[in-house]
Amino acid sequence: MALLDIQNLVVEFQTASGSFRAVDGVSLHVDEREVLAIVGESGSGKSVSMLAVMGLLPWTATVTADRMSFNGRDLLKLSPAERRKIVGKDMSMIFQEPMASLNPCFTVGFQIEEVLRFHMGMAGAQRRERAIELLTQVGIAEPAERLNSFPHQMSGGQCQRVMIAIAIACNPKLLIADEPTTALDVTIQKQILDLLVSLQAKYGMGLIMITHNMGVVAETADRVVVQYKGRKMEEADVLSLFESPKSNYTRALLSALPENAVGDRLPTVSDMLFEPAPSGAAA
Amino acid sequence: MSIKVVEGKNIVRDYHVGGGLFRAQRTVHAVKGVSFSVDKGKTLAIVGESGCGKSTLARIITLIDPATSGELFIDGNKVDIAKDGLSKEMRRKVQIVFQNPYGSLNPRQKIGDVLGEPLLINTGKPAEERRDLAMKMLKKVGLGPEHYNRYPHMFSGGQRQRIAIARALMLNPSLLVLDEPVSALDLSVQAQVLNLLADLQDEFQLTYVFISHDLSVVRYIADDVMVMYFGEAVEYGSREEVFADPKHSYTKTLFAATPRADVASIKARLAKKKAA
Repeated sequence: MALLDIQNLVVEFQTASGSFRAVDGVSLHVDEREVLAIVGESGSGKSVSMLAVMGLLPWTATVTADRMSFNGRDLLKLSPAERRKIVGKDMSMIFQEPMASLNPCFTVGFQIEEVLRFHMGMAGAQRRERAIELLTQVGIAEPAERLNSFPHQMSGGQCQRVMIAIAIACNPKLLIADEPTTALDVTIQKQILDLLVSLQAKYGMGLIMITHNMGVVAETADRVVVQYKGRKMEEADVLSLFESPKSNYTRALLSALPENAVGDRLPTVSDMLFEPAPSGAAA
Repeated sequence: MSIKVVEGKNIVRDYHVGGGLFRAQRTVHAVKGVSFSVDKGKTLAIVGESGCGKSTLARIITLIDPATSGELFIDGNKVDIAKDGLSKEMRRKVQIVFQNPYGSLNPRQKIGDVLGEPLLINTGKPAEERRDLAMKMLKKVGLGPEHYNRYPHMFSGGQRQRIAIARALMLNPSLLVLDEPVSALDLSVQAQVLNLLADLQDEFQLTYVFISHDLSVVRYIADDVMVMYFGEAVEYGSREEVFADPKHSYTKTLFAATPRADVASIKARLAKKKAA
């Protein structure tokens, strides 16, 4: 059975000018030990659908789905208190801006230990030991000293490593990474991606990579879901997606990659979307 | 015909930091003697990680900061803003587009005023003419006259970057410095903005200094590539040379780190994963 199973997810936001449908009937599933990439531009609803799974959307959002189950439990019927026990423990998330997602007022050690205290009920010395172990795992040099650092004393890549340490602190079954490397340099991006993939393999986690970077998809994913304007355009395993994309939109995304440029202008998505679909393609 | 629009000889920039009551002053060498030149209508890409001095170099080329030592020539004239200050003519010649289109536009200024302001400050053109020029420029960058009276928050990231480019072009500059102009944008919008830059370069024979850390974009847009590492230019050559045969170890690391999105490398990765 799938670890996370979502059927027909709809998320609507109440705005001053009526309701806005950010996610429109998306179905997807992630198995254990699987890396799923969700690709799309900003506004495609890729982050919103995962925030809905985590229960992190503001009150203006209405979430409905035919099914939304995680590890055999129905997420739609959980009370907020029950959900808080799962979120951060069995299912955790890494965000795009590492600098902004850590609390600037507390040391890194405090923020890692907070998760361990809340979810695992560990005692002080034990927590500290585990925090050092986690920082070593995510590749931070001098972990014991680093526990006393504040986020502003670390670089973006290091902050992202700390975020990953917090996310994997309780050995989650599912890790959701929301554009984990967008704010980082290419060399650091490579390190963070390698780290995520190696941790995923080591602990057998399910991993969802939300990204708009086709290169990141190619380097990490087993299976890919392509979203556009809140709808799922295509779902395929990574090789067939790149070899023979079925939907027009995926083809447009791939040809907009600068390295695939033929001639001296890049085809843009709007050029491709309004061309008639080849027969048999899902548009 | 190769006219050098911008040339730098041995440019050095040091920053002095600290120096409080209990701490000695420290000198950071942000740029350590970089030389380059760009011909008219060509693009020089400067690549490097954060902190390597590429933005500092951009500020020197844009005449925002003076260089500590070294010589900078714009259109063949030597410029030293630390000594002589900056003439209106020089201000007109070099313009910059910043990375973050959300931060580089004044949220309380209408787009028409954003575009008209360079003219207001640097030329004596009357309001009527400024308005006409702004309208024309809006069309050039793929926006319409209906956008003239809107505010920046009403635009998407890609549109805002178009506005920032339009503003930079208002004074007919000969050199445009682009500081990571597409790294905050989505893939498809990135393609549109890159196309726009290529169109404008063809039309106005513009010269670009393009700063980026995305090698796939650099490969697409650049004629010459300079790789910077800790304030030094570790590699400098034509695009073909640098991409075909990277010499410095940092350049090689950079190439290895760039994610590859071709079928062959995906196959290789999946095979490796299966074997593990």
